[in-house]
Amino acid sequence: MNKIAEKYADEIQKIIAKYPPEEKRSAVMSLLYIAQREDGHVSKQDISEIAEILEMTSTEVATLIGFYTLYYDKPGAKYRIQICNDLPCALRGADEFITKLCEKLGIQIGETTEDGLVSVEAVMCLAACDKAPMFQVQTGDGLEYHELQSVESTMELIEKWKAARDSQVS
Amino acid sequence: MSKYILLRHREIPDINKLDVYKKNGGFEAFRNAVTAMKPDEVTEIVKTSGLRGRGGAGFPTGLKWSFMDNNNWPHYVVANADESEPGTFKDREIMESNPFQFLEGVAISSYAVGANAAYVYCRGEFWQVAHYLDEKIAELEEAGLLGENLFGTDYSLRIYTHLGAGAYICGEETALLESMEGKRGQPRLRPPFPPSFGLYGKPTVVNNVETLTNVPLIITNGGQWYKDLGTEDTTGVKVFSLSGRVKEPGNYELPFGTTFRELIYEHGGGIIDDRPVRAIMAAGASSALIVADDKALDTPMDYASVRELNADLGSASIIVIDDTVSIDWVLNKTVHFFKHESCGKCTPCREGNYWMSHIIERIHDGEATQNDVELLHSVANQIQNKCLCALGEFSIQAVMTGIERFPQDFEAAVK
Repeated sequence: MNKIAEKYADEIQKIIAKYPPEEKRSAVMSLLYIAQREDGHVSKQDISEIAEILEMTSTEVATLIGFYTLYYDKPGAKYRIQICNDLPCALRGADEFITKLCEKLGIQIGETTEDGLVSVEAVMCLAACDKAPMFQVQTGDGLEYHELQSVESTMELIEKWKAARDSQVS
Repeated sequence: MSKYILLRHREIPDINKLDVYKKNGGFEAFRNAVTAMKPDEVTEIVKTSGLRGRGGAGFPTGLKWSFMDNNNWPHYVVANADESEPGTFKDREIMESNPFQFLEGVAISSYAVGANAAYVYCRGEFWQVAHYLDEKIAELEEAGLLGENLFGTDYSLRIYTHLGAGAYICGEETALLESMEGKRGQPRLRPPFPPSFGLYGKPTVVNNVETLTNVPLIITNGGQWYKDLGTEDTTGVKVFSLSGRVKEPGNYELPFGTTFRELIYEHGGGIIDDRPVRAIMAAGASSALIVADDKALDTPMDYASVRELNADLGSASIIVIDDTVSIDWVLNKTVHFFKHESCGKCTPCREGNYWMSHIIERIHDGEATQNDVELLHSVANQIQNKCLCALGEFSIQAVMTGIERFPQDFEAAVK
């Protein structure tokens, strides 16, 4: 049984229709995002299902997860805070911002908070150099930019996520 | 005379709405091209304008279009929206704020090269931008400005977005095409170039977002109108992305030939805390380091003039460096970036950047000797001219010029 093919049949058809009929493989990047939607990473089962849908080998699908930075083969935080600390952002305080945010959260760069809610990652340029410090938040469901940030504004954001999680639990 | 050709949203509120864009002449250039001009005539106007690619390479746009192989069909247009060069953030503003002008540019270029399908390759981080463009494309289809038999002719065009997933190398056009085909984004051996062997092996024009956004007004106002802007070497206007240690970083649309001094001091408000400017990187992290003396500051920003400073203007992503940081710190940042982004295909780039990052870290940590500085320069030198794409070349620009032009910083850093 191919769960991805069944659950997302319409969406997958629309994606494949963007490309010539004999070039279905072009849809693989979009399908990897779909696979990540539920739990934030691509499982081995997902890989073989995508391979089956697009008539690729599992190896051809798996190799993309290692190559592109926005795909994951292991579970991670629900909210990945990905801060740019490349040269232009670093010239505007990005390194200091990361250090202070990590201190506040009690984690190191690359680590996840104990409750699994938030991780802080240092990433490459996000094309927002004039609005540093800035980061993107990646969830299974997409990406969102947050520009001109401070530790305070970021902590407020994290509090909102906590509240949303707690209200779901209760 | 309007102040803006590209960043028109700063002058015309709500130009991101289709009715406002149309009221301001939107899609008249496309309609006129499709109903009254032959594809070759469109290409000729763009050739006359002198428009050159805004992604960094500066290749003449009209010439690129004229290279399309007419014995091999279908043809494709791919807009390069992979904007990933540290210091570059212009395409994002254009797509977010003036999306229809960009999409009209995609449409006109598609007509000019006979493409019935065009793709916008957005870097994965532009998730929100890609979804926004999808909405705009749907509006255009509903309004009959994209789709089958446009304006009652037999010309049809569909535009699709395609989302990447995080890889700087996909800004290189052949790596981008590989990525679009569902593979790892690694550059192809060239020639053949995309106009003869591109997407799915078919003739393909790959143009940068900013390049394409110029096209509608060039078709409306004529090639000569555009050619009269800018300098003789580099015609037209440019969105300069200004970042680093300036008071007012941001995008500034100015004619080519504007001096570094005018950009940094008049538009960018000068340096934070009014400190002295030490170095300028004109093409993002891929740049040579320019010593910011009076001669450099008074240099007009066009491709030829910046070349005289032994540097390149590239995508005009101006990173300003003052005296609060040392150049070995700057190199530590750029080398770290290229080490991470090397796709791994060519050994000199893959291994060279790995070793350069080890050496520069040692230097920056104060644990190196002058021999290490020479070793770093030598490793950089051995990457030069040995890779399939420009990433290898880019990675050594700051390293070599940093060591050559700011030796005092390295003397101070080593034991």
